[in-house]
Amino acid sequence: MMESPFFARQKPLCESMRWTIWSGYYAVQSYLLKHDLEYFALRTAAGLIDVSPLCKYLITGPDSRSLLCRIMTRDLSRLAPGRVAYTCWCDPDGFVIGDGTVMCEGEQEFLLTSTDPSYAWLMRHIRGLDVDINDVTQACAALALQGPASREILLSVCSGPVGTLSYYHATRSEIAGVPLWISRTGYTGDLGYEIWIPTKSAGAVWDALMASGADYALRPAGLKALDVCRVEAGLLLQHVDYHNVLHALINDRKSTPYELGLGWMVKLDRTPFVGQSALRRLKKPRWKFIGLDIDWPETEALYKRHNLPPALTSEAWRTSVPIYLDSGRQHQIGYATSGTWSPILKKNIALATIQSEFAKGTCQIEMTVEHTRNTVTARIVPPRFFNPARKTRRFE
Amino acid sequence: MSSDPYEAIIVGAGHNGLVCAAYLARAGRKVLVLERREVLGGAAVSEEVIPGFTFSVASYVVSLFRPRIIRELNLAQHGYRVIPMDCAFQPLHDGTGLARWGDPDRTRLEIARYSPHDAEIYPEFSRAMTRMGQLAAQIIDRPAPTGLSWRHARSVRDIWKIWKQLDSREQDLLVKLLTLSAADFLDQWFESDILKGPLSASGIIGTFKGVCSPGTAYVLLHHYMGEIDGAFRSWGFSVGGTGAVSMACARAASHFGAAIRTGASVTDIIINNNRAKGVVLDSGEEIKAHAVISNLDPHNTLTNLVGHEHLPDQLVESLGRYKYRGSSGKVNLALDGLPDFTCRPGIGDHLRGDIAIAPDVQYLERAYDEAKYGMFSRRPFINVVIPSLTDPTIAPPGCHVMSCFVQYAPYELAKGPADWDNEREQFGQTVLDTLEEYMPGLRNHLLHTQVLTPLDLERTFGLTQGNIFHGELSLEQLLFQRPAWGLASYRTPIKNLWMCGSGTHPGGGIMGASGELAAKAWLRANR
Repeated sequence: MMESPFFARQKPLCESMRWTIWSGYYAVQSYLLKHDLEYFALRTAAGLIDVSPLCKYLITGPDSRSLLCRIMTRDLSRLAPGRVAYTCWCDPDGFVIGDGTVMCEGEQEFLLTSTDPSYAWLMRHIRGLDVDINDVTQACAALALQGPASREILLSVCSGPVGTLSYYHATRSEIAGVPLWISRTGYTGDLGYEIWIPTKSAGAVWDALMASGADYALRPAGLKALDVCRVEAGLLLQHVDYHNVLHALINDRKSTPYELGLGWMVKLDRTPFVGQSALRRLKKPRWKFIGLDIDWPETEALYKRHNLPPALTSEAWRTSVPIYLDSGRQHQIGYATSGTWSPILKKNIALATIQSEFAKGTCQIEMTVEHTRNTVTARIVPPRFFNPARKTRRFE
Repeated sequence: MSSDPYEAIIVGAGHNGLVCAAYLARAGRKVLVLERREVLGGAAVSEEVIPGFTFSVASYVVSLFRPRIIRELNLAQHGYRVIPMDCAFQPLHDGTGLARWGDPDRTRLEIARYSPHDAEIYPEFSRAMTRMGQLAAQIIDRPAPTGLSWRHARSVRDIWKIWKQLDSREQDLLVKLLTLSAADFLDQWFESDILKGPLSASGIIGTFKGVCSPGTAYVLLHHYMGEIDGAFRSWGFSVGGTGAVSMACARAASHFGAAIRTGASVTDIIINNNRAKGVVLDSGEEIKAHAVISNLDPHNTLTNLVGHEHLPDQLVESLGRYKYRGSSGKVNLALDGLPDFTCRPGIGDHLRGDIAIAPDVQYLERAYDEAKYGMFSRRPFINVVIPSLTDPTIAPPGCHVMSCFVQYAPYELAKGPADWDNEREQFGQTVLDTLEEYMPGLRNHLLHTQVLTPLDLERTFGLTQGNIFHGELSLEQLLFQRPAWGLASYRTPIKNLWMCGSGTHPGGGIMGASGELAAKAWLRANR
């Protein structure tokens, strides 16, 4: 297994010794014995998350833009330097391979991030193009600085136009003398930034952020806290909420962008791209990606039957949970893939895939209490539970 | 004179008044809330006392606030944010300290340094108290029985049902909790006086009793009822101070259509033929309403605004016996940095929770001894929190807010309450002296000190005799006796005059239950 460029810094801070493997790297689950204070730091102050294990590709050359236009469902032909786009890419049958961000660092220079390794897929489409694809996963370290205080912390350590950076914009900057890129992006659904750093100088940037962040209640945060945040924000997680079509054993595990709520990033009327003609046919989705707001009084009543107060784990879960049309559990109409108790929203929420025809009103979600299976009513809502105005606010 | 036909006027925008207003407005009723001060929240208030520093001036932590109210009023959408604390830390004179953590094993290892026996008993104790807290929470989530006769059969039956849920050992435990002193109760579990220090301190908060006074075990239970997201007895910081809880309630009330006026001091309740008809403000303005609901304590409501001439003699007598006896003060500090605790230097997570200056049981009892004779404790119990370590919005970068709850500070000093104006400075110095024994150099970081004596609490927040709970939480002042026999249904002998403050069941703490239950009772009576 690999050690992230921040491993030496994380190790003494990781009191809990709770590590996991993320893309072949050791990654902290939670620094503290329980993740909840890291979660609250992310939501009320700021958290610093090591996201170096993300797969990262630097795509350069005169035809780099053409390559991205050929692969991505979004039209990136006008993505200007200093802009970032969230997009997905599909196979020729219109099923999603992956989702990630494309950051335009220059007219002929793009940084693509993805959950799964994507080098081979990119290489498959370069025939006839003058383009270089460089896997910079190891050469480029990445930190996510997220939360309401993230901007102030950044302003205290770096120069340049970071303070006025708009949502999904990026800029060159410098922290602790290290030249780097900062984008106003993230996976928490809140005000936040991601910092892309040359690995050899990454430690100094971590140190500067932690030192300055101490005045703003910054905490290093692990993946457990991040997971709660991303469910609240309704952000998809590959391998959990959907599968990479290239790894899907059966057709039922394949999803189109429309079925994942990513239809907005499919631009059909433009130059050809992989999956375009299939996506034209697939526009009417069988499934829909939705949010569930699970009824609390019913949950309480269910626990009361066992003489217990409702006891939900504060960690996000990511197991498949059946969804039914009826409380008798006769007619299954979908499945929830991840969920969490939201300590900020005071709601029990889940992300789910449901047959399109049933994607409104309410449904019944399975809930096991004291080894007994039951169902609880859940309201079907857009999968965007937490979406504060500050996430996209323009700063003058 | 305005002739707005409000259905209800709520006097006082404490958190209970605001919760009550929100419930009434949610039911479509036309409601007006009147607040004497320019800020909302009563004793659950955040104020920027010096630029850049926001103090939770009076109440300072949250736990008891009822989850049902948060849900029913959508308070999360209106800015209710509470961050749980993970640690209860107790520095000691001998250079050691005991920290109790959210993680049971970590706590066991800490306690074992003082008593291996107690370390193993502690989880049993916590389980028992959590169980009692869950049952007690059922009592605070419903109106109290207003008497014990057959006419009150339903509510008595509810209490009976709760009692029946207990096995005989738990019934024994409950009776002990209701009757024993905190110290005696803890003696039944633990041997270490050090551990018993901060545990017993929960039994005296807001009461004029010592840890060895019978009845204080109940107050201990009262502090175990709190829950955050189903985790019982966890306490937390409100982001933006405790005033942010009140502001969330106020936003919910406004959202549902309630009107809120600040700077509107009510001097009189208009009573005609034994019916409340509205209120008079100090400006002379009269505002009519079908009902008046008072968030003030029983003394301010019934003695000051109504007047004894409107009340039955027996009630006047009971009200006279209702105990306020404020016993605590508050010292809020603005700091330009944090000095080290001698026993655990550095800014660690032990400082991000609750810090108790309560080294042992004797220390606390000695502190009470002085108070009995009209002096503030020379070495008081202090409950310190440093919320700025968790919530960066309340202090400038690198600076901190330290909130110190101080007991005993008896309202009745030997020379009378007015003597507090002479003693305030010395009281503040005593608190700093005490803290400096554990964190030397604290004074070097002081930017501002705000000292609130019980007299100040009375003057600023209208807390009679400075009692933070609108009357002591002792058994004889709870349930159908809060605030007086026959007065526990939120109604008063004056028709259409109701009460919704902490002086009604189930009592004090930032709980909101009095406001909620009063509103629901009023709505039932005024369908």
